[in-house]
Amino acid sequence: MALQSLDIKRRSATTTPSPQARETLEVAKLIDVSACIGCKACQAACMEWNDIREEVGTNVGVYDNPNDLTAHQWTVMRFDEVETDDGGLEWLIRKDGCMHCEDPGCLKACPSPGAIIQYSNGIVDFHEENCIGCGYCITGCPFNVPRISKQDGKAYKCTLCSDRVAVGQAPACAKVCPTGAIQFGSKEKMKEYAETRITDLKERGYDNAGLYDPAGVGGTHVMYVLHHADKPALYHNLPKDPTISPTVSLWKGITKPLAMAALGAAALGSLFHYVMKGPNEVSKELEDEMEREDERLRALEKEDAK
Amino acid sequence: MHVSRRGFFKVCAAGMSGSSLVAMGFAPTAALAEVRQFKLAHTTETRNTCPYCSVACGLLVYSIGDGAKNTKAKVIHIEGDPDHPVNRGTLCPKGAGLLDFVSSPARLKYPEVREAGTNEWKRISWEEAYSRITRLMKDDRDANFIEKNADGVTVNRWLSTGFLAASASPSEAGYITHKVVRNLGMLAFDNQARV
Amino acid sequence: MTNTWSDIKNADVVLIMGGNAAEAHPCGFKWVIEAKKLNKAKLVVVDPRFTRSASVADYYAPIRTGTDIAFLGGVINYLLTNDKIQHEYVKAYTDFTFLVDDNFSFENGLYSGYNAEKRSYDKSTWQYQRGADGYVLTDPTLENPRCVYQLMKKHYSRYTPDVVSNICGTPEKQFLKVCEYIASTSGTGRVMTIMYALGWTQHSQGSQIIRTGAMVQLLLGNIGVKGGGMNALRGHSNIQGLTDLGLMTNLLPGYMTLPSEKEADYRAYIDKRAPKPMRPNQMSYWQNYEKFHVSLMKAWYGKAATADNNWCYDWLPKLDKPHDVLQVFEDMYHGEVNGYFCQGFNPLAAFPNKHKLNTALAKLKYLVIMDPLATETSEFWKNYGDLNDVDTASIQTTVFRLPTTCFAEESGSLVNSARWLQWHWKGAEPPGEAKPDTEIMAGLHLHLRELYKKEGGAFPDPILNLDWPYKMPHEPSSEELAKEFNGKALEDLADPADPTKIIRKAGEQLDGFAQLRADGSTACGCWIFAGSWTQAGNQMARRDNSDPYGDGQTQNWAWSWPANRRILYNRASADPSGKPWDSKRRLVWWDGKKWAGDDVPDFAPASAPEVGMGPFIMNPEGVSRFFARDMMVEGPFPEHYEPTETPIDVNPMNNNPQAIYNPASRIFKGDLENFGTSAEFPYAGTTYRLTEHFHYWTKHVHINAVLQPQQFVEIGEGLAHEKGIANGDQVQVSSKRGYIRAVAVVTKRIRALKVNGKTVHQVGIPIHWGFLGQAKAGYIANTLVPFVGDANTQTPESKSFLVNIEKI
Repeated sequence: MALQSLDIKRRSATTTPSPQARETLEVAKLIDVSACIGCKACQAACMEWNDIREEVGTNVGVYDNPNDLTAHQWTVMRFDEVETDDGGLEWLIRKDGCMHCEDPGCLKACPSPGAIIQYSNGIVDFHEENCIGCGYCITGCPFNVPRISKQDGKAYKCTLCSDRVAVGQAPACAKVCPTGAIQFGSKEKMKEYAETRITDLKERGYDNAGLYDPAGVGGTHVMYVLHHADKPALYHNLPKDPTISPTVSLWKGITKPLAMAALGAAALGSLFHYVMKGPNEVSKELEDEMEREDERLRALEKEDAK
Repeated sequence: MHVSRRGFFKVCAAGMSGSSLVAMGFAPTAALAEVRQFKLAHTTETRNTCPYCSVACGLLVYSIGDGAKNTKAKVIHIEGDPDHPVNRGTLCPKGAGLLDFVSSPARLKYPEVREAGTNEWKRISWEEAYSRITRLMKDDRDANFIEKNADGVTVNRWLSTGFLAASASPSEAGYITHKVVRNLGMLAFDNQARV
Repeated sequence: MTNTWSDIKNADVVLIMGGNAAEAHPCGFKWVIEAKKLNKAKLVVVDPRFTRSASVADYYAPIRTGTDIAFLGGVINYLLTNDKIQHEYVKAYTDFTFLVDDNFSFENGLYSGYNAEKRSYDKSTWQYQRGADGYVLTDPTLENPRCVYQLMKKHYSRYTPDVVSNICGTPEKQFLKVCEYIASTSGTGRVMTIMYALGWTQHSQGSQIIRTGAMVQLLLGNIGVKGGGMNALRGHSNIQGLTDLGLMTNLLPGYMTLPSEKEADYRAYIDKRAPKPMRPNQMSYWQNYEKFHVSLMKAWYGKAATADNNWCYDWLPKLDKPHDVLQVFEDMYHGEVNGYFCQGFNPLAAFPNKHKLNTALAKLKYLVIMDPLATETSEFWKNYGDLNDVDTASIQTTVFRLPTTCFAEESGSLVNSARWLQWHWKGAEPPGEAKPDTEIMAGLHLHLRELYKKEGGAFPDPILNLDWPYKMPHEPSSEELAKEFNGKALEDLADPADPTKIIRKAGEQLDGFAQLRADGSTACGCWIFAGSWTQAGNQMARRDNSDPYGDGQTQNWAWSWPANRRILYNRASADPSGKPWDSKRRLVWWDGKKWAGDDVPDFAPASAPEVGMGPFIMNPEGVSRFFARDMMVEGPFPEHYEPTETPIDVNPMNNNPQAIYNPASRIFKGDLENFGTSAEFPYAGTTYRLTEHFHYWTKHVHINAVLQPQQFVEIGEGLAHEKGIANGDQVQVSSKRGYIRAVAVVTKRIRALKVNGKTVHQVGIPIHWGFLGQAKAGYIANTLVPFVGDANTQTPESKSFLVNIEKI
């Protein structure tokens, strides 16, 4: 199977260009929040198919369990109780997990060659064999999705069941979804289907129903139909206009040529560090520093804007 | 936008260390990219029905092996049957977790007895279980069977032993259970429908 | 279910009340979402809590638990006063025109004939008026004040919107909005379906709540049509099958009933169950009772059952009273039961009042558990601290635990909620020495037979003569047993219309229950399953999912009882002249010579509309009943009674102290003292399940234990504030029967209700925890539930009782 099952479009920390001659179908998963009952069948199917089991946790006063994404729980339901203006109630339930960005921040931030792959069908996949556990993917992700495993120190997240998709099957979560709130198909078909749902929701009084396919990350291969597309934050702080962290963008964008020049010296330093202290410690240290840097840059940007 | 020199180098270092490692022959593994193999390719698929609620979703049960004599089938995955007109391949969180039911550590494996007053289970053989249970049944039935009531009417009932029947066993099990239990004259007989 | 799961997609309005389909039946609920997509259907949810079903509903209204009759009675009043009923349907297909006994009455909460001491009724006045010809008198003008329509109108005129709101706590505006949605289906062009479950059954007046729902559907003409019906969403995969097969104290297979000890005479037993039609030209299908009964006795006793011994009638045990589970545990509690079997059943967790159950089980001499999993019941004798605080050494019960197969390890059929018998195949070997239930039952029978053969003993005849024709007597196969309940010819069967023709030769499988005979020439273990395994093979294993009419009936998928019919009472989908009410929803129709259609007609196939046979062929009336005659214990029309433990102490519908709660419910001595009062336990508790779990099974399943790991209770923000409880706090919920401890989930989804001038808080109690399993150990929720059942079915009142809650 190897490389032939899915064509690779991008590969982390790799300069060799990927093959581009074949045009494969772009796929997408559409999550129709208006049909989601928060049953967690997707969570169960994800655990079962991917052979991952989180530990049995505790109840902290909410239905969200496990309480957050983990290396063993690649999707979780986020429950929010929102009171409406007319005294009614909406129980907004959003399936959280990897959005499979067209412009993946995780992949851009990843320093380990081939640890993060984007297939030509749009799936962004982690290949843990190559993961050094530095955690940069977390910093690079505008949706706070990847998690480092306590067991092996490597990063894990939803693969969009690339193994199933590779043989023509839908991801486990999409197939299992009892109410059809999760649909899977070509991105084009998913957008068409979303339109029918949005029309229906508007007829039912949700004037601001719409599709969530944020442009800031080049669109996503996991999209939402929201009843309140004008207020994505209602759905457990879904970012209104997600973008890749400026540090990561900068590295991959304007400064790349400069970086190439600087590579020699920097890489040697890094190698030394890697050999001496091992990847995990490096990751923690570098990540902290990178985050501090991010903060500083954001502050500077704000000042610039003034 | 400003980027400090220090920050820039940090980013560079992080971003390219891997590449540089590869270039220098230090790669931990070859940077091959492949998806996980599709794990069901040569498993045996069996049609089944979900044992939980009465939507009765169609299941596909996947077991290791092809049924050959020397292969012991073991269920490794369960998903919805797309042909089924009600669930159409979908399942609920219980159905989607059925694999862990089949292989639950709480599954009972051997007949056991807890003797009166003791605090533990003791493994016994099926034959011992059958003979001890039926001995208790017969002694109780023979002692307490009511052939005629106070008015002399034939009633042929046995009230001092009762039976609660399963709600997830096949109808064939239900049928034979009814046949055997009622035949003994039992009336304290019910199933989960009551609650 | 009168209809099928996939038929729900044909609805225009879906009412979910007394259930939470999204939570408990997500894959069936998908057809609600489909109805929304395909028909722009509206989903309306009425529930004490804003549930997962409510989260995708078009409209939600709150209701106080246990007050559904008041709500639905109000709906009936709304439909009648606003003339939102399907006139032709109710006039032709219900008892609207039937005249009722002049002495029947209802006054201040009680019907005529009440005996306060016995807490039961003399039901002799709960009857129709009969003419000299024996038929029921009717008034087609509907003007006679004694006709069912007039009596019903009067009865429910008391359920005005303000009265409903006062009892249910539903704001009047919201109640009326629900009425509007429901009433929108009164014409022939629109249909509503009702989906309910244990939220209606687990009350002391549960059966009457369900009747009230059915009455609403009848008024709207929504029974017997696509997208309509009364759809009971059953809880377990084969609970329908087990009920169909009669595994209950008073039943025989196929809803035949055991004789009582007052029925020593075989002929009288049969005649009582084979009623003559109450109106001219009606079918009254139960007139065939004897054919079903004799065929059953032939299946059980073979050659031993003869006309001379009344087909072994004396061998059937005769009831002194029903021995339902509450009765049995009551007797066990008093030391009158020595042995008990639990086959795939965990009564310690499932039945009410754990303390009483523990005490009862400890008085058994022997307990036999057959289960794939380690249940709490099997370890009732073991001390688990506060969760099961028992004195092990003093418990003298011998407990046997026999491991059984689970679904993946056995073949056979399960009957789903829509009455489909679906075959499944074995996919793996069981763990260790686990055996299927069929084999265990055979083992018990054969060992007992051997003992009785050797030693003799009490009345051995049935044991020695039970027909046991299985090729491997210790392992009867599912195939053999399925063929047996379908039935076969014991002799060549001649065609009644042309005796020279043989329709089935001796030994052949039967095609359906129409071929059954009362002369001993047929054997059939369950008449309603006749047709499931015919001479053509196993019909339950059929897998053709084509849907030629696009209506979701999939006639060739598996097999549905009765007679592969998918929608019950489908004759009512056509008007009296045999023409479908709605051409878009046509189901069966009169084609000039016979009944034809998309579904198997639920009717005499050649009975022309002019004959006037009614669509409810099992009823001797031929029509459906608003007036239940003497068939319910607490009255012919449903009336609101408070839960046995009421948070408001009074029944606002009357001022009769005898009629606060169900006046005819069975209350055991000793349990009365175990009922709490609102002074001590001020909040309305209600138990329910969560979608992540299945009863007490999935706490043994790692994946599900992860999804919902720890026991919790839900309370509204108002109550939390009053009691100083914060989200995530540990709380103790107590009732008169005991207490449980759990995490508090404080939510906006449960709101305080204004009821009869009082603020009523409700406490939600999910059930799934116990002292065994992979999920965090927890308390058995049924510890709190009172030991009282629905007056007709004895289903425990797990949905409405009184509790207190405190932070710990």
